[in-house]
Amino acid sequence: MTPPRAVLIGGLTVLILLSALASLALGAVSLAPARVVAALAGHGDAVASAIVIELRLPRTIIGLAVGAMLGLAGAALQGYLRNPLAEPSVLGASNAAALGAVGAIYFGLAELHPVVLPALAILGALVALALLFALAGRAESPLTLILAGIAVSTLAGAAISLALNLSPNPFAAMEIMTWLLGSIENRSFAHVWIALPCIAIGSVLLLFDGRTLDALTLGEDGASALGVELRAVRLRLLLGVAIGVGGAVAVSGSIGFVGLIVPHLVRPLTDRSPSAILLPSALAGAVLLTLADIGVRLIPATNELKLGVVTAFLGVPLFLAYLLRERRIW
Amino acid sequence: MVTIALENVGVTLGRRVVVQGVSATLSPGSMVGIIGPNGAGKSTLLRAMLGLLPASGSLRIDGEPLSGMARGAVARKLAYLPQGQTLHWPLTVERLVALGRLPHLAPMSGLSADDAEAIEAAMHRADVTGLRGRIATELSGGERARVLLARALAVGAPALLADEPLAALDPGHQFDVMELLRAEARGGALVVAVLHDLTMAARYCDRLLLVDRGRLVADDPPLAVLTPARLRDVYGVAATIERHGDAVTILPSARVAN
Repeated sequence: MTPPRAVLIGGLTVLILLSALASLALGAVSLAPARVVAALAGHGDAVASAIVIELRLPRTIIGLAVGAMLGLAGAALQGYLRNPLAEPSVLGASNAAALGAVGAIYFGLAELHPVVLPALAILGALVALALLFALAGRAESPLTLILAGIAVSTLAGAAISLALNLSPNPFAAMEIMTWLLGSIENRSFAHVWIALPCIAIGSVLLLFDGRTLDALTLGEDGASALGVELRAVRLRLLLGVAIGVGGAVAVSGSIGFVGLIVPHLVRPLTDRSPSAILLPSALAGAVLLTLADIGVRLIPATNELKLGVVTAFLGVPLFLAYLLRERRIW
Repeated sequence: MVTIALENVGVTLGRRVVVQGVSATLSPGSMVGIIGPNGAGKSTLLRAMLGLLPASGSLRIDGEPLSGMARGAVARKLAYLPQGQTLHWPLTVERLVALGRLPHLAPMSGLSADDAEAIEAAMHRADVTGLRGRIATELSGGERARVLLARALAVGAPALLADEPLAALDPGHQFDVMELLRAEARGGALVVAVLHDLTMAARYCDRLLLVDRGRLVADDPPLAVLTPARLRDVYGVAATIERHGDAVTILPSARVAN
């Protein structure tokens, strides 16, 4: 039995608040919830305030926002492409954004100004979008778009590998690796202000077309006969993914798997229509990424684990459990 | 009340001319069958009438050029039941039928009481009320066909364009669907259906458009269209036409060269 939508949204919102609180409280130094709340309210002690407001709050906000964006983009793309394997990286936006970031590091541009790297990442995502339109802009079928996306994504991936291959020293290589594995360590409010507007624009563009995604359950002709302007929808969706995911990758690197599994995890809790999973996927993505980030901080390791690695290890068992339970549907 | 007027309509897909030179005026309150052999261009003609394919010539909905109309406006006038539709997500029957209300929904609003009523009525008429909680992708072919018919009826449009609405249906439900479509037409709607069953076409339609190799070769009441000579020429079959009172039966008996 599926829960009423209000219960689902309410439950996920509570989970977000709890995971955000945990993210602010846990880490190298653990703080009691009361101290965290006091620091947030502006009358905590100096140490707690410094840790909570300056170190953990930006990181927590970025974790929530990036997770929400990836979950939402995955849900929208699965609905639009009518393909349960779709995820934000399928159209090349993630890899292209990562390539922008890697280029900034490789050519030493990142040292000029802290904004250069994320700006180049977003630019990378937009260039990938333009390339995608050039390759498949006029095509009707979602398959053409997926194939073009894979071409763009593979090209960007190859360019990143090339940068790794040619990287002048091991430190640069390590830094480039970070963008491939994803991390939200040491993020400041500057990163928050770069990512949030992009993610907000992307989210609005993707949430706008929920009903259209439902209509596409009946295929292109069916949706068109129900009054959907397919071209406008495609433009909004691709722009939403490029701007939103580009902004997310710009501050977190490319984090796999969240966009793929989150829609599958929330779908059984809804009526399974593409519009019904959009908002829950955003909320659940935020929770999953925040929990994974807490895991990154708490799991003892000589190098701090990268976020993308943890989301995959956290996500795969959930995904397998889901598949075993749901396989009769597919 | 909707009138679809076609004048010298042609459709070219790739470099192949699929439909050419079709002129006809389809008026409200009538049930029009489109018949013809496989590959004659029936579905293409129907899709062109909905504006789903670029067509040459003139296509007007109530006098307004179709190409200039917004998709939403077309959707409120013409409901479409495609042929052998694939469903991409495992939705419940009720949710699927509700998709028919999309053309009427204002942005960001949910289903109104009127919408809910239209959905109930459509499910009732297509005889799928008992299936409402089932997952549509798990239904039998015939059940699914009726659910998709309910989806098209839920639009509540003054015209219904159905592509092979009888495919996958058992004989009982074939009669049910034809009765339903005729009732729609008697109620003032324009019903256009692509049909393969010539007996059903002859019994229920007011008018038949016979399409062969992309051209409209006959446009008349059923018995004027369905003559043994024409069935031989167009379909390549020898057929007998039996009449028992009002009931007509078209019985193809052998393949002949055409």
